[in-house]
Amino acid sequence: MPTSDIRSRLRRGLPLYALILPGALFFLLFRYLPMGGILIAFQDFEPFDGFMKSPWVGFDHFVRLFGDPDFWVLFRNTLVLSALNLFIFFPAPIILALLLNEARIRMFRRTVQTITYMPHFLSWVVVVGISVLLFSTQEGAINQLLAANGWGRIELLTDSNYFRPLYVLMNIWKESGWSAIIFLAALASIDPTLYEAAVMDGASRWKTMLHVSLPALRNVIIILFILRLGQTMETGFEQVLLMQNSLNLDVSDVFDTYVYRNGVLTGEYSYTTAVGLFKSVIGLVLIVAANGWAKRKGEEGVY
Amino acid sequence: MNRMSGSDRAFVGSVYAVLIAATLVVALPFLYVVIVSFATKAEVLSRGFFLVPKTWSLDAYQYLFRERNFLLSFRNSLWITLIGTFVNIALTSMMAYGLSKPWVVGRKTMNMLVLFTMLFNGGIIPTYLVVNQFGLLDSYWSIWLTAAIAPFNLIVMRGFFQSFPSELEEASRIDGCGELYLFRKIVLPLSMPAIATFTLFYLVQNWNTYFNALLYLNDSAKWPLQVFLRQMLIEAADSSMTLEIEGFEFGPPVKMATVVATALPLLVIYPFFQKHFNQGMLLGSVKG
Repeated sequence: MPTSDIRSRLRRGLPLYALILPGALFFLLFRYLPMGGILIAFQDFEPFDGFMKSPWVGFDHFVRLFGDPDFWVLFRNTLVLSALNLFIFFPAPIILALLLNEARIRMFRRTVQTITYMPHFLSWVVVVGISVLLFSTQEGAINQLLAANGWGRIELLTDSNYFRPLYVLMNIWKESGWSAIIFLAALASIDPTLYEAAVMDGASRWKTMLHVSLPALRNVIIILFILRLGQTMETGFEQVLLMQNSLNLDVSDVFDTYVYRNGVLTGEYSYTTAVGLFKSVIGLVLIVAANGWAKRKGEEGVY
Repeated sequence: MNRMSGSDRAFVGSVYAVLIAATLVVALPFLYVVIVSFATKAEVLSRGFFLVPKTWSLDAYQYLFRERNFLLSFRNSLWITLIGTFVNIALTSMMAYGLSKPWVVGRKTMNMLVLFTMLFNGGIIPTYLVVNQFGLLDSYWSIWLTAAIAPFNLIVMRGFFQSFPSELEEASRIDGCGELYLFRKIVLPLSMPAIATFTLFYLVQNWNTYFNALLYLNDSAKWPLQVFLRQMLIEAADSSMTLEIEGFEFGPPVKMATVVATALPLLVIYPFFQKHFNQGMLLGSVKG
């Protein structure tokens, strides 16, 4: 490409660079500058001394990290919550979409869709707040109901045993409807003649759902499943933080909540940055691997 | 209309039954909260669980709308959402438009750099330290700036701008309009349905912002509604302390009323946007 061409494209592009500039500054200052800040994971960072004067300690924090029993608890909790999302939450929107596809009364369909999408627009504070109003041991609706019938109260919010089931149930409640959209879009694009052919062959509605609708979702399911695998390190930070309390910490503590508590609240900046870095690097490797895998499946990845 | 066999009828019947059950499971918890917010404190404390109150009352709301901390945080949330969404839409649409022109030098690199931020980030502490370094703690700019652009929205919007016919651009260039004029007077007005959808996404993000506010705002007078609600409901339940913040005593109906007031604004506006995202606009438009 001749230089004059580049020069003319640059000149022509000037107004566009002006449009890009504010956004580019955002990415530079609030995304890339913090990435540089990761270097404090290799320091004993003291806010008072600042980045320049804080002493370098090499990989000390990482050595401590791998020897820390807390670290393995965080790792286990993250994996368990992700597995729950993957195997319990993931099928819910698929089933919902398949059922909605069978409901042919339009008014009914629209009503179900409108209502099941709604929780997506509620914040986690509201959702966890509602769960407190329903499940708390003294004032909660469920326990009031149990007590009124002479049954014992259940410590749904403070007993560690209930944390994981509640975690995944709340996810299903909040996001199934919204996550079904992508499957509904795939179902809407099925060639109607396929259904007609199935009817001609005398297939029942149940069989049609299993052998026409479900196979049409196959690719979307595989891709989304792989991409979700790539998100293994992300367990929904706000949800976990809000559901967490001193009594369920053994099962509810994940990397981000640990970093928040010990970094921001206690001030162990360098060590928790190392914890966060470990999580981000594993996350990056998983996403890149998952995306490569999805592409090899002959599908488009996310990028 | 073709007649259905017995087994088909049973199948379709159970489809409707399951869908009705699922819809009830989604709706009932919220409905319960709405209903009890209209009950009296006395009835809730004496009767325990019920779905239909004997006396309906607006006490909880009257109480809530006289509570200074609630009103303050409601106003803070409105302000955060209003300015935040404006910043989001302005920065996202401008950058998306700039990156949508294939002849812009350096576009590929910038796209890669944007994409990378979706895969990797500095983490909570380094971002916090940067915000602190810029002196943004306890300022709403910490919230507006740290979440100014959602890369996913930027990429989808860029794809949308790319789908504009290039004749449009050529015609306006022959007419002697500049790029900025073209963007402001032609492209943006034609993009209103897409802008509306992203406005909704950003409205939700801003109204629901919780962790960033918790992290960056120490001054409780600046807290948005989400932090106020969490303080009132979840912290109090965890520590089993007296349910009282600064002399404000919360009976159950007042708590429910606060949940309703926090959730309602978005639930009211969302149906107006629904037609835009029903047809899977997120699907397929991602690649640019």
